[in-house]
Amino acid sequence: MKARIKFRKYGALKFIGHLDVMRYFQKVMRRADIPIAFTGGFSPHMIMSFASPLGIGLESDGEYMDIELTDPIESEEAVRRMNEAGVEGIEVVSFLQIAEEKKMTGMTILAAADYLITPKKDILPDAGSTEGNLSHDWKEQFSDFMEQNEIRVMKQTKRSEREVDLRPLIYDWEFRGSSIFIRTAAGSNENLKPDLVMDTFLKYTGAVSGKADSAEAASGAAQALNAQSFTYRRLEMYADSGKDGRRNLVTLESFGGEIH
Amino acid sequence: MRKLALSDEILLSIEKPARYIGGEVNSVMKNKDEVDIRFAMCFPDVYEIGMSHLGIQILYDMFNRREDTWCERVYSPWLDLDKVLREKNIPLFALESQDPVREFDFLGITIQFEMCYTNILQILDLSHIPLHAADRTEEDPIVIGGGPCAYNPEPLAEFFDIFYIGEGETVYDELLDTYKKWKKSGASRKEFLRQAARIEGLYVPQFYDVSYRGDGTIESFVPNNPAAPEKVRKQVVMDVTDASYPMKPVVPYIKATQDRVVLEIQRGCIRGCRFCQAGMIYRPTRERSVETLKEYARTMLKNTGHEEISLSSLSSSDYSKLNELVTFLIDEFKDKGINISLPSLRIDAFSLDVMSKVQDVRKSSLTFAPEAGSQRMRNVINKGLTEEDIITGAGQAFEGGWTKVKLYFMLGLPTETEEDMKEIARLSDRVARRYYEIPKEQRHGKCQITASSSFFVPKPFTPFQWASMYTAEEYDRRAHIVNDEFREQLNRKSLKYNWHDAQVTVLEGVMARGDRRIAPVIEEAYRLGCLFDSWTETFRNDLWMEAFENTNVDISFYNQRQRGKDEIFPWDFIDIGVSRSFLYREWERAMNETVTPNCREKCSGCGAAGFGGGVCYEGKN
Repeated sequence: MKARIKFRKYGALKFIGHLDVMRYFQKVMRRADIPIAFTGGFSPHMIMSFASPLGIGLESDGEYMDIELTDPIESEEAVRRMNEAGVEGIEVVSFLQIAEEKKMTGMTILAAADYLITPKKDILPDAGSTEGNLSHDWKEQFSDFMEQNEIRVMKQTKRSEREVDLRPLIYDWEFRGSSIFIRTAAGSNENLKPDLVMDTFLKYTGAVSGKADSAEAASGAAQALNAQSFTYRRLEMYADSGKDGRRNLVTLESFGGEIH
Repeated sequence: MRKLALSDEILLSIEKPARYIGGEVNSVMKNKDEVDIRFAMCFPDVYEIGMSHLGIQILYDMFNRREDTWCERVYSPWLDLDKVLREKNIPLFALESQDPVREFDFLGITIQFEMCYTNILQILDLSHIPLHAADRTEEDPIVIGGGPCAYNPEPLAEFFDIFYIGEGETVYDELLDTYKKWKKSGASRKEFLRQAARIEGLYVPQFYDVSYRGDGTIESFVPNNPAAPEKVRKQVVMDVTDASYPMKPVVPYIKATQDRVVLEIQRGCIRGCRFCQAGMIYRPTRERSVETLKEYARTMLKNTGHEEISLSSLSSSDYSKLNELVTFLIDEFKDKGINISLPSLRIDAFSLDVMSKVQDVRKSSLTFAPEAGSQRMRNVINKGLTEEDIITGAGQAFEGGWTKVKLYFMLGLPTETEEDMKEIARLSDRVARRYYEIPKEQRHGKCQITASSSFFVPKPFTPFQWASMYTAEEYDRRAHIVNDEFREQLNRKSLKYNWHDAQVTVLEGVMARGDRRIAPVIEEAYRLGCLFDSWTETFRNDLWMEAFENTNVDISFYNQRQRGKDEIFPWDFIDIGVSRSFLYREWERAMNETVTPNCREKCSGCGAAGFGGGVCYEGKN
């Protein structure tokens, strides 16, 4: 029996990297006595897979992991036990049964993700300092940026660098207060991270940018705007259930059903 | 939600920010306004090392059981954060509350090895606490040290207000109660230290004066305050079964060196190896009841969610119920995906059987610690392991499918000859020969024998405390003799030899048996930039040598000198319950290459029976 777990990650826990989140959940499973299945072999490990790793520094309202169960456990009970065995900063939201097929894991079907991008207070146009702020018309600039037919950028991968067009990978966007909501391609096929969008936007506006030198950013020496001048929060993850090339995004959570 | 001491920008700019955020499972949060005493407990190394230490977990749990006390943890900021804290003048903080350490009532520092001394100064400095006890005021925390290096606290004496000598489970409650009363009384810091000095096991360095002879040795070591006793008695928990033990140890987010449930099965060791400080200072050997340990295993696995459990003690094979305990752990937990990690057990039929059940034989290696290559040398150090034990054990292991063996040795031991050194290589080769005696079709390719040697450092309260050391050049020469001999061996292609750094050894020697005149060297080394001296990538021997030069301290006085029988040692004011006359007798027997039986074979009258329990009274009730 397979289950999909949706959880939130926030506060200090945003500094815990993906591998440590996996270790964290392995220990939660034991403390909460969740009947999770193990692989065979000499050093068995829990059958557990995450839809998409979340980078250090990001918060999220919509993280997903799929696990294999040896026995059924009621959804409500599982959520309660996991949260009791957990810490502030990771909250299990739902625990639902999903189909058995291998090709239906969150990792395989992931197609898109929502992000909320918020400028940090000290870079807002009226933040006081004269350097390293967003200009007053930054929202118009961002709209113009999104109006472009294509947004070509060199994308760095582990091995090589290639030019990609970001625009078709951005499925939707809007302003929400002083934040930007953005829906981007996600998954093993095409994947667009929101900081690359902001980095490209800042270059477009002519604000000094580049790959943020984190040591400099921390020491306060670099006043320039960069992708780290914004906070990013993942809101949700989707699969594409559309047919004939028409996109129809549905949340990963909606594939599951309550276990009673 | 807890507010962190560091901004997001800082945390995202440094390596492993999870080291500094606290909030782990089982970490203890209290309301600071509802407690009387705030205790910052520090392990002066990075989080992953410090979090692996059982002693701190024990004290953390014990202090937090008190309603009036909130104990939090502090570890050394790594170099990246160290730089940021200095540049931005951010005070060092404790993990739980994220409050500055300087606001605490106590800063407790566990001193586990000599090469952490500059890190202790870093902790004080970053906490904005004066380095010298003499410069602290009522606004500063009481800085208290403990752990094995507190058995010669003198090189650190001027940096600490108090040292706790011995096992932490005994008089801390008394100290905290005393502190609470003193705090309400509004009396001076010195008055508190006077009251603390009256508690058994606590040493307040500023209440003692040391004078030196013309030759540099100690002339006298006397109290200058009526509250200070002449001898400070080591603290021992006689009933280890009922002693405080943490059922809910803190579970780190990031991988710590020791990421598992640890069961301390016994304290002390019956063996009496003459180089080993732990074997003397933890006397008498005391076992924890096996039923209690089984219950602890269940509870702690449940409370932590760890997937591994390990046993901890000196010479675990001597634990009388080892078979029962290990069998229980395998039966109970193996099917639940829990790894069982065994400490280095004596290799025999039983341990090989157990190991084949809990580890992958083909991948794992077996460890022997002969400590010396020749039987003569092993007699000098009183290491009971014989060559026959090693060859027989290795033979059984090879026949059971193991192909990898690790051998641990020491070089630079007292009376060591060139023959003794070369025997390290030859013994390793004889182990390899045993492997190739197995018919070719029954063995799995080549064997891999890895021999490692460290250089011997004489420690206080051991029979070798009188011994002399060598220079770094001489240590290197000896290692090369061994290395050359390895190349002469028949099975050299199956043998590998590593040796430790000689420069660190020399420094350890000075710190281990140093006196109060070493403090300026440590402080100077720290000022010059020494930090994390136990890490190869950060150790700076050149700066240390500069520090010795700038302070006019002569290394050879501490290391190359053979000490006289009646010389006053800096640590003589501590009474560990094992007599100096016993230690000297053992030193003489070492010189005569005479083996002394272990505590279970025959009592040698070391004095530890005076504690009234443990192995000294086995079978006498």
